[in-house]
Amino acid sequence: MSARVLVAMSGGVDSSVAAAMLREQGYDVVGVAMRLKTDAAAAPARRRAACCSYEDFEDARRVAERMDFPFYVVDLREDFAARVIGNFVAEYIAGRTPNPCVMCNREIKFDRLWSRARALAADFVATGHYARIERGPDNRFHLLRAADSTKDQSYFLFPLGQRELARTLFPLGAMTKHEVRARARALGLANADKPESQEICFVPDGDYAQFVARAAPPAQIRPGNIVDAASHAIARHAGVHNFTVGQRRGLGIATGAPRYVRSIDAASGDVIVGARGELTSAGLVAAQVSLVDPAAAARIDAPLEVKIRYRHPALPARMRLLGGDRAEVRFAHGGPAVTPGQACVFYRGDEVLGGGFIERALGE
Amino acid sequence: MSAYLDHNAGSPIRPVARAAMARMAEASHGNPASIHRMGQAARRSLEAAREQVAKLIEAPARTIVFTSGGTESNNLAIFGAARAAGESRRHIVTSSIEHSSVIAPVADLEGSGFSVTRVAPDRDGRIAPEEIAEAIDDRTALVTLAIVNAEVGTMLATAPIAAAAARAGATFHLDAAQAVGRIPVAATDLGCDLMTISAHKLGGPAGIGALYIRPGARLAPVMLGGPQERGLRAGTPNLIGAVGFGAAAEEVARTRPDENRRVAAFAHALLSHLRGAIPGLRLNGPEDGRAANTINVTFPGVRGESLLIALDLEGVAVSMGSACAAGAVEPSHVLTAMGRSADAARSSLRLSLGWSTTADEIAYAAAAIARVWRRVAAAEPLRDAEALR
Repeated sequence: MSARVLVAMSGGVDSSVAAAMLREQGYDVVGVAMRLKTDAAAAPARRRAACCSYEDFEDARRVAERMDFPFYVVDLREDFAARVIGNFVAEYIAGRTPNPCVMCNREIKFDRLWSRARALAADFVATGHYARIERGPDNRFHLLRAADSTKDQSYFLFPLGQRELARTLFPLGAMTKHEVRARARALGLANADKPESQEICFVPDGDYAQFVARAAPPAQIRPGNIVDAASHAIARHAGVHNFTVGQRRGLGIATGAPRYVRSIDAASGDVIVGARGELTSAGLVAAQVSLVDPAAAARIDAPLEVKIRYRHPALPARMRLLGGDRAEVRFAHGGPAVTPGQACVFYRGDEVLGGGFIERALGE
Repeated sequence: MSAYLDHNAGSPIRPVARAAMARMAEASHGNPASIHRMGQAARRSLEAAREQVAKLIEAPARTIVFTSGGTESNNLAIFGAARAAGESRRHIVTSSIEHSSVIAPVADLEGSGFSVTRVAPDRDGRIAPEEIAEAIDDRTALVTLAIVNAEVGTMLATAPIAAAAARAGATFHLDAAQAVGRIPVAATDLGCDLMTISAHKLGGPAGIGALYIRPGARLAPVMLGGPQERGLRAGTPNLIGAVGFGAAAEEVARTRPDENRRVAAFAHALLSHLRGAIPGLRLNGPEDGRAANTINVTFPGVRGESLLIALDLEGVAVSMGSACAAGAVEPSHVLTAMGRSADAARSSLRLSLGWSTTADEIAYAAAAIARVWRRVAAAEPLRDAEALR
């Protein structure tokens, strides 16, 4: 009997091709679309459509029909609300800038969905992520960047450890987006040319601040002052959740030179701004640090590269593990603005060594 | 090996119905409304089917109007009776555990000014007929209730309701989609004015149903057009469907007592086995006073959604509540109306047997359900907070 694989399908072209390819390779494919968003979490204008994401689920269902494998919609709304949306809101309230896609991978796709996979007697979970998994001669698993560097999503996958990688398949890791679309067309999939989703799925209009303001208890909203480096208040603001480090627009201040958010102090409500040149940092402290292969921790203490935002290039750095799942990262050269809450991912070449969430920046 | 335990969603087409439909598909080119002889032949077949359906519910053939199925019959009954009632009758009596094709038309009428009394069931899903009777007065246009509940199988005591409706001059509609074929149903004995029948619940094809209309009952048409079906349902009738419906009805009329006994014995065996294998399993609905083919059970410690999918992958087809437009399962409104928590409803599945059920299927399903329940409960246990609720 062939191995059973549970494929998380969004209705987009990537996960559709992933499922179709696994089916062609002879796996016993079971397609699932995850119902994640509650009505309340969807923006009002999109509420009806977002309730079940009907169109997207239908796209996935059509792929399953065409490729002849069973397909189900699974309801993970409660888990998503508690573990992803709740965390997203709490992070903004705490003055940080969260990355819910990393959290969704860690908590939903490679944890919650894995439990479901075992319940369904599946051997693997597969997704349409652009990343590669390799098994070394010592049977240790390695997480690698995708072959298509413009689509590489390994940054979002750093929480995966040996246990997760052993039961995960990324069929698209060696392909370019162009090849994936071509494959979709060759397979006759109706969504071959479907545009990509860019925004965070539960905030389709991209207005995170408004989403947080609506979702958070009013008592938790932290208004305060916009202050300069000398702690002079320049203006009032309606809540720290409206800001992210490096932000320039929407500060509501009219000074000569452009001002950027340098840091956010949620306890006092202060949003500290400064000139562009003041945004640099020497390094950072990351929390909730995990390593893809803890057995290889010794390899950490050598030059490596870190990525501190998805779209940033990797920067040369050194890191050392601190206690309590923390790590200290020092950039080899002066680093850019460090945004607490974002994922900090450690690479060496194409390999993901691990990562964590940025707790704070380190001064010069 | 596989087991089909979703007859309440739709029974497989009986071989006699299949054969009758195939014969009709080959033979007939005519429209039953046409004057020519081909039309006359088609009409003869349609009327023979009407006769067969009527006989099943012990009613005259002229009381049967063919529709596209249970949903259309319910819509015709509810909107048709509401439109035909006088201006002074703007009240509807129903229950909170009806099928969506009753719930939605009633809610629509409520939106246009009707007042609605929705009687809740007891914890076993029984509707108290006295409560219904008390809610009926001389402003009541319509009483609409299912004889057999689709999800838990509870049966309605109709006599007190029929008497109260007759006294008040209200139209009494029974949704018998899940009843005909599962329990004895004689339209005239039930004292109803209108009764919904669905073909595919009793082994006929989907896409055809009927509404029994007592002679003299007040009903306005909803589908307007030609004079078909005595002006009560315009549109060329689904002749092939009707012939399949008729053949299935004819077989049910002949075999129902034996078939019901066989199905009841299978259902009893299945439930006994599951109770022995799954500690804490709970039957939703009464032990007796239930259509025996329907077993609705709450499985301890698992999500019904997981269990349903896992069972499907093992070849056992069951159902849970209803599906949203995107195909996600929703907890049953019937179970929550019966006082179950949303979590308990989410842990419940409906197993429904029917004419094609075999001893082998039951043996396979009983073993598979117990085995898959153990696997799902171990792999994906409900969190403590959920379990405590």
